[in-house]
Amino acid sequence: MADTAFARETAVAAALPAVQMIGVNKWYGDFHVLKEINLEVAKGERIVICGPSGSGKSTMIRCINRLEYHQAGSIVVDGTELTSDLKRIDEVRSEVGMVFQHFNLFPHLTILQNCTLALIWVKKMARKEAEEIAMQYLKKVRIPEQAMKYPGQLSGGQQQRVAIARALCMNPKIMLFDEPTSALDPEMVKEVLDVMISLAESGMTMLCVSHEMGFARQVADRVIFMDAGQIIEQNVPAAFFSNPQHERTKLFLSQILH
Amino acid sequence: MQTPTLAASPAAAGAFVRQQLAETLPPPASTAGAIGWLRKNLFGSLSDAILTLLGITIIVYTVWSILDFTVIRAVATGINGDACRKPGAGACWPYVTSFWRLFVYGYYPPAEQWRANVVFALFIGLLIPLAIPSAPLKLLNVLLFLFGLPIAAGIILPGGWFGLVPVETQLWGGFLVTLIIAVTGIVASFPLGLLLALGRRSNMPAIRFLSVVYIEFWRGVPLITVLFLASNMLPLFLPVGWNVNQLVRALVGVTLFTAAYIAEIIRGGLQAIPRGQYEGAQALGLGYWRMMVLIIMPQAIKIVIPSLVSSFISLFKDTTLVQIVSIYDLLGTIQQSRNSPIWSAPTTSTTGYLVAALIFWTCCFSMSRYSQFIERRLNTGHRR
Repeated sequence: MADTAFARETAVAAALPAVQMIGVNKWYGDFHVLKEINLEVAKGERIVICGPSGSGKSTMIRCINRLEYHQAGSIVVDGTELTSDLKRIDEVRSEVGMVFQHFNLFPHLTILQNCTLALIWVKKMARKEAEEIAMQYLKKVRIPEQAMKYPGQLSGGQQQRVAIARALCMNPKIMLFDEPTSALDPEMVKEVLDVMISLAESGMTMLCVSHEMGFARQVADRVIFMDAGQIIEQNVPAAFFSNPQHERTKLFLSQILH
Repeated sequence: MQTPTLAASPAAAGAFVRQQLAETLPPPASTAGAIGWLRKNLFGSLSDAILTLLGITIIVYTVWSILDFTVIRAVATGINGDACRKPGAGACWPYVTSFWRLFVYGYYPPAEQWRANVVFALFIGLLIPLAIPSAPLKLLNVLLFLFGLPIAAGIILPGGWFGLVPVETQLWGGFLVTLIIAVTGIVASFPLGLLLALGRRSNMPAIRFLSVVYIEFWRGVPLITVLFLASNMLPLFLPVGWNVNQLVRALVGVTLFTAAYIAEIIRGGLQAIPRGQYEGAQALGLGYWRMMVLIIMPQAIKIVIPSLVSSFISLFKDTTLVQIVSIYDLLGTIQQSRNSPIWSAPTTSTTGYLVAALIFWTCCFSMSRYSQFIERRLNTGHRR
């Protein structure tokens, strides 16, 4: 009997969602950006979120590491509920990596320093050890030779790959991508998507706000469509693209796929 | 020599075809070399030429006047102002040489002036390696400069310890005091200004309110008023028997005053940092202070270096205002000595002020050049 109880507990632990949002609401003044968002993301799940601009998709994933705060509902990230407790927020943030549309690399630090900064100051790691980890991830995103340069000397695609490496250095359990390829020149989109695809294949839990539908088809377990602060529709990519249920989804897909 | 024929075919012979090459034109005016450069840049047109000649005249006249006053007509030696009082005499240098100790040390007793020299030497010895970016032991150097130097100066200059004869601060003066006030003002007002800038942008209403009140109060009163209040009013508010040294009052006044300006300058820099930098730092799990110290401040301060240095230069020059509370800085000692009966002459004041101007200019210009050097060094090329 004890064995089955134990087995059930571990099963529960494994099934514990990476992110759980229940009844999340957010307002900017009078503007209701997020309306009753309910979302559960399993460990290892890869989700692509799309939707027209202003639909609240960025705001939703920014709530997950509390760059934005929600006014109602609850968000639990890897078993930690997000409240205004600053210590908890920093804990969650060091477990959740984030990649931004505009990279947000630190221009006054070298690529290597960008990657080691949080390891040294948040994880209290020795400089040498931190640099080894940083180089390992810079190799993974295929730009170890740029380690001593400054962000301003790199192309957009290279900068975004550094931003991914910087987030990965913290060994996050969840990765958030906020339109990672939207600010890139077209010929640089692929190099960033390639890195994201190999990351997805390694089993990372990922939430990507993206309009790269090819990427969604290839790696997503689930595609979510948002409009006007609500999750309108979600499905596995094949069904989502071939057989959208909602009128708004159909309209959106017809606009971006042609 | 035969003229080359252009029209080869006889059919063209009757047509209006030129048979001979045109005369070779003279070469155009040279635009290369020194002459060419002059012609192009200084005498390109009539108005250019007039402006050039006017400019040259002004420069020559100014340089000549200075040279005439400071060298040609100048009085080089003398034991009193007799030679300087002769009509047509220029700069009165013996006045400067006989008073230079006053200009440097004020009324600090001559037998004890080596103590001031030790402080000068410490200051320069710590400042030079501090200013050279590649010099080793930077952290130790900074700590020594920020804490070691003031403590050493605080022991050595007033004395009273370790067998050093006490020297009242009323006797301090000249460049020594100028330097003490300027360096203390710069070093102490910077961290205070930084905190005020952060305070004014804080999310906590009480802290923001207090910062705003502080900044607006100190920016609203002139430095002279601050010094007057510190020197004349403060004793009225202090309990009987309490006394704060006059020089310390001036130091505190100057520091508090400058901090308000520094705060506003740094706030300007903070506003120029994009929100993404804060978010990037927060997303990595950096807390408020680490984010500010490691990410935001280095960038914000880099942006405002020119205004910061302007502010420091202006503070350096404003130290001369302490005269009105009977502290005699470099300019004050010149003011005091220029009318001494032995040396008074038509040119004595001019000579003294020229010396003051030269010293102030050298210090301020060095600061300005150094800040430009640092700016270039910190430019990591992200402002493409």
